[in-house]
Amino acid sequence: MAQYQNLFTTVQAVGPTHHGVELGRGNSPRSGEPFIVYWAGVLGNAQIGPIYLGGLGLASLILGTLAFNFIGFNMLASVNWDPIQFVRQLFWLALEPPAPEYGLSFPPMNQGGWWLLTGAFLTASMFFWWARIYRRARELGMGTHVPWAFAAAIWLFLVLGLFRPVLMGSWSEAVPFGIFPHLDWTAAFSIRYGNLFYNPFHALSIAFLYGSVLLFAMHGATILAVSRFGGEREIEQIADRGTASERAALFWRWTMGFNATMESIHRWAWWFAVLCPLVGGIGILLTGTVVDNWYLWAVKHGVAPSYPAVYPAVVDPATLGVVKP
Amino acid sequence: MNYSNLLLRVALIGAAVVLSACERPSPTNVQNGYRGTGMVQVYNDRILDARTIANEIPVSPPAASADGPTAGQAYQNVQVLGNLSVAQFNRLMVSMTAWVSPEQGCTYCHNAANFASDDKYTKVVARRMVQMTQHVNADWKPHVAETGVTCYTCHRGNPVPEQIWFKEEPQDLRADFIGDRAGQNIAAVSVGSASLPSDAFTPYLLNNLDIRVNGTKALPGDNRHSIKQAEWTYSLMTHMSTSLGVNCTYCHNTNSFSSWENSTPQRATAWYGIRMARDLNLDYMEPLTATFPAARLGVTGDVAKVNCATCHQGAYKPLNGQSMLKDHPELAKPAEPAPAKLVEDQPSAKKKG
Repeated sequence: MAQYQNLFTTVQAVGPTHHGVELGRGNSPRSGEPFIVYWAGVLGNAQIGPIYLGGLGLASLILGTLAFNFIGFNMLASVNWDPIQFVRQLFWLALEPPAPEYGLSFPPMNQGGWWLLTGAFLTASMFFWWARIYRRARELGMGTHVPWAFAAAIWLFLVLGLFRPVLMGSWSEAVPFGIFPHLDWTAAFSIRYGNLFYNPFHALSIAFLYGSVLLFAMHGATILAVSRFGGEREIEQIADRGTASERAALFWRWTMGFNATMESIHRWAWWFAVLCPLVGGIGILLTGTVVDNWYLWAVKHGVAPSYPAVYPAVVDPATLGVVKP
Repeated sequence: MNYSNLLLRVALIGAAVVLSACERPSPTNVQNGYRGTGMVQVYNDRILDARTIANEIPVSPPAASADGPTAGQAYQNVQVLGNLSVAQFNRLMVSMTAWVSPEQGCTYCHNAANFASDDKYTKVVARRMVQMTQHVNADWKPHVAETGVTCYTCHRGNPVPEQIWFKEEPQDLRADFIGDRAGQNIAAVSVGSASLPSDAFTPYLLNNLDIRVNGTKALPGDNRHSIKQAEWTYSLMTHMSTSLGVNCTYCHNTNSFSSWENSTPQRATAWYGIRMARDLNLDYMEPLTATFPAARLGVTGDVAKVNCATCHQGAYKPLNGQSMLKDHPELAKPAEPAPAKLVEDQPSAKKKG
C-alpha cells in the first residue's frame, strides 16, 4: 500500500482546501479561494492560497512594484525603448547611482535621481514587508524568528545602499540596480578597496555562508535519511522521540562524536544564516570608512603572507621619471 | 505523458543553450608565479594553435644594396626616407604595399601619373605612419624592446588596421529624463562583452586620467577615488587582458593589484604601453584628423586611434614576438641622426617624429 512518506512519494495527500485559523479583530479577511496544483504538491504543499494581503502587504507591493518599474523603464529607455534589445541585453542593463560629484545631494532625475527614488521606495517596501511578516507571525502565535532573519538581510541592503554611502558622503558609492552591473560593482568595490578577501568580516561572512550550505546539506540529508522512520514529522518526533530521531542523533555521534538535537539544529541553521549578512554588512560598513586598503591593512597586521620573490625586482615605472605617468 | 522525460529534455536543451557561449575544454594551465598564489595563465590549445597560424609573418625580401644614389637624390618629394639608397627605398615600398595594400597596390597611396605627388591623403598618412613607426622603435624601447614594430604589426594586409578605436557615439538621451547608461551597462565588445564602461580608451589612451584607484595606505586618507573610477580602470584592464589573450595574473598578483613588488615584469612593460598608445594617439593620430576624408572618421568626427589590440591582436606579444624589424632597419629610428634622448615629457603636438 502506498504511504505518504516524503517529497519523493508520488502519492499526494490531499484534503479539503482550508483558509487557516480564525483571525481576531483588526485583521483583514484573506484573499482568494484556495486551489490545488499537482506540481506545487511535488515541491511542497499542493494547496495554493489564500493570501493574507492586508494594508502593510498592499503598501509593500505598491512601493515595490513602483521601484521595480522605475528600474525596468530606465533599462528600457537606456536601449532607446527597443523591446528586443531590452530582452537581449536585460542582464547587462542597469539603473546607475549618481556620479561622485553629486555627493549626497539629490541629483537630476536622469543622473541618479531615479536611482535614489527607487532605493527609497524599495527600502520602504521592505520595511512594510518586514512589519507585515512580523504581524503575521504574532497573529499566528509564532515566534518572530522569520522577521528577524529578514531584518539581517535588510541590514546588508541598507549598509550597501544607505549607511555606507552616507558615511562616505556620496551616493555614488552605492550599488547599481542591474544583474551584471551589480556584479561588476562588487568586483570594482573589492579592487578599489585593496581586495575584500583580506577583510576579516568578509571572511567571517563567507564562513557563515559556506557553513549554512554545509548545515543545510547535513540537516536535509539526515532528515531524508530517517524519513523512512517518520523523521520528517518533526512535531511528533519532538513530542515523542522515536527511532528516527534517535538514529539521526546516533549517526552523527558515531561519525563525528557530537550531534545537534532536533531543536538545536534549527538554531545552528538560523544563526549561521543570519550571521552571514550581519557580519558581511559590518565588513562592508568598515570598508572605505575605517580601512581604505584591506591588503595593506592585512600586511600591517601580519595577516597577509609574503612569498619568495620569483621575478626580477619590479619597480613602479612612474617613480623612474623617464615618462610622466 | 512522461513528465520526467520531458523535463530532462528541456534541461538538456537549456544546458546546450547556456553552454553554447563557452569555450570547449580542455584548457591548459601554465604557472607563472609562486605556488599557491594563483599565478596561472589559462590557455586553450585550439585557440593558441589558431593564433599561431594567424601570426605567421611574411617572408622578407633579401636585403638591398646601400650603394648608389639615395632616394632623396633620385626621386622628388621624399621627405622621410630620403637617406636610403634607391634599392633600399624601393624594397621598403614593395614591402609596405604587401603589408598595407596588397590588393590595391601602389596606387592606393600614389598617383599613378606622378608618384611624387601628395594628391592622395593615403600618401600623407603613410608618410606620417612611417615616422610613427620609427618613433616607436627608437623612443619606446621599454615597450617594444628590440623586437620593434613595422607597418605589418598593425596592418596585417589591411589598408586600415582591423583593431582601431573611435570615440563612442554619445547616448541619445532625448529629453534627458530617463535611461542614462552613464557610459556603461550594455554588452560592449570593447570590454569583452561585459557591462563595464564601454569606452575605456578616451580617459586613459587619449586623456591622462588616473588609472590607479588604490590607496597607498591601509587607513583612509587622501585617496578619494570612487568605485565608479575603479570600474573604468577595470574596463581598461579588461581591454588589455582581451587584447593580449592573457589573464590578469600575467601582470598582477591578484592579492594586491596595485602592489609593484608582487607584480610580474610584464606589468612595467604594459605601463609603458599605455603611455605609448597615448603618445601615438595625441602626436600622430589626432593631428591627422583633417587629412582623412570624412568616411574614414568615426561617428563623432574623430580620427582612428590605437589601443593595445591594434598591435597585439590577441597575442601576448604582437606576432607572437617575432621581429620583422631586424629585416627592416630603416624603420628602427628616424633618419636624421638625432641624439639619443629619453622622452622627457608628455609629448606635445609640436614635436614631430
